[in-house]
Amino acid sequence: MTKRFSWSQLILLVIALVLAAVWLAPVLWAVATSLKPEDETTKLPLQWFGSELTLDSYALVLGTGGIVKWAINSTVTAVIVTFLTVLFSAMAAYGFARTQFRGQRVLLALILAGIMVPPQVLIAPLFAEMVTLGLVDTWWAIILPQVAAPLIVYILVKFFQDVPPELEQAAFVDGAGRWRVFFTIVLPLSRPVLAAVAIFTFITTWNNFLWPFLVSTDPNTMTLPVGLANVVQGTFGLRYAQIMASVVLAGLPLLVVFVMFQRQIVRGVAHTGLAGQ
Amino acid sequence: MTTTVAAPATAAPVATPKVRRGWTQHGMVFVAPFLLIYVAFLVWPTLLGFQMSLSSVNIAGGNNKFVGFDNYVEAFGDPRMWRSLWNTVVFTVLSTIPLVFLGLVFALLVHNLRFVQWLWRLSFFGPFLLPSAVVSILWLQMIYPPDYGLINGTLGTDVLWLGDPSVAMWSMVLTTVWWTVGFNFLLYLAALQSIPQHLYEAAAIDGASAWDKLRSITLPLLGRTTALIVVLQLVASLKVFDQIYLMTGGGPQDSTRPIIEYAYDVGFTGYRTGYASAVSYILFALIVIVSLAQLRLFRKREEVAS
Repeated sequence: MTKRFSWSQLILLVIALVLAAVWLAPVLWAVATSLKPEDETTKLPLQWFGSELTLDSYALVLGTGGIVKWAINSTVTAVIVTFLTVLFSAMAAYGFARTQFRGQRVLLALILAGIMVPPQVLIAPLFAEMVTLGLVDTWWAIILPQVAAPLIVYILVKFFQDVPPELEQAAFVDGAGRWRVFFTIVLPLSRPVLAAVAIFTFITTWNNFLWPFLVSTDPNTMTLPVGLANVVQGTFGLRYAQIMASVVLAGLPLLVVFVMFQRQIVRGVAHTGLAGQ
Repeated sequence: MTTTVAAPATAAPVATPKVRRGWTQHGMVFVAPFLLIYVAFLVWPTLLGFQMSLSSVNIAGGNNKFVGFDNYVEAFGDPRMWRSLWNTVVFTVLSTIPLVFLGLVFALLVHNLRFVQWLWRLSFFGPFLLPSAVVSILWLQMIYPPDYGLINGTLGTDVLWLGDPSVAMWSMVLTTVWWTVGFNFLLYLAALQSIPQHLYEAAAIDGASAWDKLRSITLPLLGRTTALIVVLQLVASLKVFDQIYLMTGGGPQDSTRPIIEYAYDVGFTGYRTGYASAVSYILFALIVIVSLAQLRLFRKREEVAS
């Protein structure tokens, strides 16, 4: 690094450090508060550290069990949504990109038009539909609408169109059917884009608020964001250390995922972001 | 996969695979599962929503009468609808400008730094990964309170961040910028990395300063990315709901209530689902206009590319 040293690098570094400190401050403040004894959380003047560091708030929050249950609900629903979205979207995209059937163009146009439909404006009719189907307060109500993601199909159609057909031809000549070709050649070839789409779907689903909030009133089916929003304030009153412990616990999983999959997430945002919303 | 064994047992198909028949070979079978869910949970509710917007239906499904465009007529004469629509537009404009500008500044900064890339990525992109409930509770309970909150407590100010109608919208923008700028930051970072290095090398030979390079190479080449980010951001901001609902509930004095929250309020707590659908469709129309601009943008891009 010394070889690369220059004054401009130093100035940039200082600016970046200041901005990063400002950007991290709210998160660090949440962590600091969660580690204070409860009666010192609102002490003035503000102090970053209390008289002692304590994990009591975490023990209390985890002891009530709610947050663990919601984290499990979030994980299960997000995993199912991600799996179904990737599988169904990839199949559909392959169907559109590599096979021919009647009505194909009309159906693809119908799906592309759906990219413009913001899920937030469908809350009333979707809710009415869920009531009719008797799915309110079940995982399926949370899962199914999120699998209907036309944008993902669009991204994958674009990708499959660029896969050279020669790769499949050899297998066809060997007598392999469409399904075998799809699962043993096309999917493995598309691993990077599928990973990007999967990670992005997982993040969006895990963090989704409005829809799960509407369809889960039972604390047993709530996802983490909904459980937090609905119950934390009621249960913990003004016990800020416990509230911040909950906030830290709820925010942690995806940050860990980020650190683990940094590269794929960066690529994923670029991929999915560039192709649509 | 490329097991080039002797001639396959089955009679070698002369025709190309495309004309092979049998239901498992049919393209429609690949499309069917997605299509089923798509029609059931996107197409159908879209149509149902429009039908509901022409009715007086309530949340329980009762009192369902066809009322034509009455709900739309009422919405256009409803001061609270206009107020929430206006709030949405104000929020969109106020948030888009810093979200695009700061995204660019962060990306330029990080792209040009050679130290601890992971730290900058984590700092600037990390908040984007937090659920809206986490962000809202954190800012509501620990950052914005007038007395012990982090901002007033650190700066020695006494701003009523969420209690003052003339400040609350700015507070929503501030939280949102902090929370979501990371997405634009990453898009810009990806775009910066795809600019060919030799352009800079050539400019350096011509004696261009860092500022010259930024002005005449980097910024022009980021033009398309910027146009894209602006449209994505407009559409995203028009849909704002979570953080405002959770932090101010639309107050004080309706000063932050966005249109999705208004639709939610009249539909789910006021029980007028038909009217709520009409309000939603007004927002929908606005988003379609912006999205169509986006589609045009992509079409132009593709024409240029091909």
